[in-house]
Amino acid sequence: MPSTPLTGRRAVLKGVVASGICCLTPDIAIAQSDPRSARPQAGDRFVFANGDRKGAVVRPDDVPMGGPPLTVYPQDTSGTTRDGSRLNQVILIRLAASDLAETMRVQAADGIVAYSAVCTHAGCDEWAWLGAQKMLKCPCHDSEFDPKDGARVNVGPAPRRLPALPLKLVDGVLLAAGSFSARVGFQPA
Amino acid sequence: MISIRLLAGVALLAIASTPSTVGAQNIDKYRPVTQERLIKPEPENWLMYRGSYDGFGYSALDKINTRNVKNLVPVWSFSTGMLEGHQSPPIVNDGIMFVTTPNGQVLAFNASNGELLWRYARELPEDLVQAHPTNRGVALFEDKVYVATVDAHVVALDARTGKVVWDTAAGEYKNGYYFTLAPLIAKGKVMVGTSGGEFGIRGYIAALDAQTGKEVWRTHMIPGPGEPGNETWPGETWKTGGVSVWITGHYDPQLGLAYWGTGNAGPWPADMHTGDNLYATSVVALDVDTGKIRGHHQYHWNDNWDWDEVSAPLLIDVPRNGRTIKALVHPGRNGYLWILERNADGIKFVEAQPFVKHNVITSLDPKTGRPVYDTDRVLRSGKTVTLCPSHWGGKDWPPAAYNPKTQLLYVPAHENLCSTLVGEDKTPAYDAGKRYVGTNAALTKVFMAPGADHIGELQAWDLKTGKKVWTHNHQYMNWGPVLTTGGGLVFSGGTNDRYFRAFDAETGKVLWQYRTNSGVTGVPSSFSVDGVQYIAVQSGWGVDAQKMQTRLNNSMGTNTYVPQGGVIWVFAVR
Repeated sequence: MPSTPLTGRRAVLKGVVASGICCLTPDIAIAQSDPRSARPQAGDRFVFANGDRKGAVVRPDDVPMGGPPLTVYPQDTSGTTRDGSRLNQVILIRLAASDLAETMRVQAADGIVAYSAVCTHAGCDEWAWLGAQKMLKCPCHDSEFDPKDGARVNVGPAPRRLPALPLKLVDGVLLAAGSFSARVGFQPA
Repeated sequence: MISIRLLAGVALLAIASTPSTVGAQNIDKYRPVTQERLIKPEPENWLMYRGSYDGFGYSALDKINTRNVKNLVPVWSFSTGMLEGHQSPPIVNDGIMFVTTPNGQVLAFNASNGELLWRYARELPEDLVQAHPTNRGVALFEDKVYVATVDAHVVALDARTGKVVWDTAAGEYKNGYYFTLAPLIAKGKVMVGTSGGEFGIRGYIAALDAQTGKEVWRTHMIPGPGEPGNETWPGETWKTGGVSVWITGHYDPQLGLAYWGTGNAGPWPADMHTGDNLYATSVVALDVDTGKIRGHHQYHWNDNWDWDEVSAPLLIDVPRNGRTIKALVHPGRNGYLWILERNADGIKFVEAQPFVKHNVITSLDPKTGRPVYDTDRVLRSGKTVTLCPSHWGGKDWPPAAYNPKTQLLYVPAHENLCSTLVGEDKTPAYDAGKRYVGTNAALTKVFMAPGADHIGELQAWDLKTGKKVWTHNHQYMNWGPVLTTGGGLVFSGGTNDRYFRAFDAETGKVLWQYRTNSGVTGVPSSFSVDGVQYIAVQSGWGVDAQKMQTRLNNSMGTNTYVPQGGVIWVFAVR
């Protein structure tokens, strides 16, 4: 009776939903109410995630033209850095406007584009930069993403592109103009 | 035969929590796996990672043999619903099969007809990094099934129901610790080793009480201050030097010692951890009662090529110089076939020879086996080196097998494969849970040696003479774990053409092959139910095999695509 386990599971899931016991585990519920763990929101600025300037606000000039990417955390308008979850890491890359796909030009600010720093394949968050091709490479499993074109997957096992974060410049300060375009991180089957 | 009844639905309420078991069938009759059975497993069963404590990967069953293997056909299969590396062996106790998959899933089946009995599904943390998304199998003891998870827990399940008996956090995944191996069980202890060398961990082996899950001992593979060997690490590097334990150890019940292979030191460049770096790239003998290190042999010192010596050595009796040596036999990632002698006092070097072409190790000390390196090929900060074998080595994790009938050792090897590594200019800043490797991944290259015509090999070695007796070449990689049987056969997959093959154990001739859904990097096993012998294996490409394919596509101009997605295959002669 191989179908029995699955039938049973569906039945219980229906029951759980119908009873109003909602679907958030405690960890997720806490993450959404804690500004340190909540995902970036419009109006957030950015701070260095590591290195000598860790915690310092990122200026547009800090993002080198043509790469490599700079890893940052969002910081909300009250000054709370959203470093409570590593899923909030963002990479900033400055590219020539002529390099950017049209869809990315509207999301870029001063040539800077922003993506989730967490690979959609297995969750790694370090990046190698292929300077000649202006391509992001995940050193864990060699997925490559094209930041010029919405971080689409160029090669490798990643199932989908990196979520993009729209940017804007306000009084010379780099800010998020919205939220991530998709769920961040990888999704176990 | 298996007797089954339906469980009450109340057990299913567990699915709303983490982790959960989703199953509806109970196994009424389950024969407990005693210590005695683990020491002497019945031929019809496959009770642990390699089938037996000596690590042979050998089944004495001979119903499937060189004459009839051509009639081998699939009798059932099961889609696991998971992507990535399906590397674990189907483990079988009296007709009940237990299989793990990536993401910590455990499945229990009627082994002869594939009926799903229960399923344990683990909900993983959303911020988990899966640098090696795989799992290499369960361990069985008494009436429980044990799995070590990628989020660094060890979980005991009721073998009859799949329900969680205990769940112990045996590491901190946020700091880069995780498990990929099948636990080793002896003397009532569940032993696991930590993965995570690429994140600057300090690797260890831990033993948990099989009944309670309480940690009994923990032995770090990098000695701390005041412990012998700490002086082989400069400054504070012992805290973050890696030395993972990726793969299940083997066990000598007479000595009460478990033998484990250890990973490389990190970050990779040699000058980032100057010294021998004990007990990296070694075999370590642990007293199972206490966890104390009773002996070690370091295959190569101050590793800087990512040559984890991940596989535990096989415990084989080898004739040498008129006597029989209780040997540790290890085809190493460093490309040498090592023969060591084990006893209660420690581990002694006997001999070693390269089994693939080598341009890094130039010689060995004939008494100690300590290698001498070509210094031009030692990776240092800011330096570029080219090495053969590549940083995946002459043989990576896929286990070799030994057949006591043919007295041959079967080694899945990578010949003619080289790589170029570039050291970062300085030691990376350590940040817990972050990658800590020290090489420029964008500049790493992997390529076939100029003039070579193949990469993958399955080699057969006669340990009596120290000679290789046959080799089967594969054009590209071979990531195939090896099974050998009393029917005079060797089973292995590992290639990017998705085939699972049977070889004549004496000659290496391919006698049978079957094209599966994906690439076969699973450990094969064999068992019998009601007198019928079966061969079982998982097909599901991923992890390093996939990564090597991507890099070979880059260097060779190929565009080979190997689909992912796991399937359990069970074959029999019909």
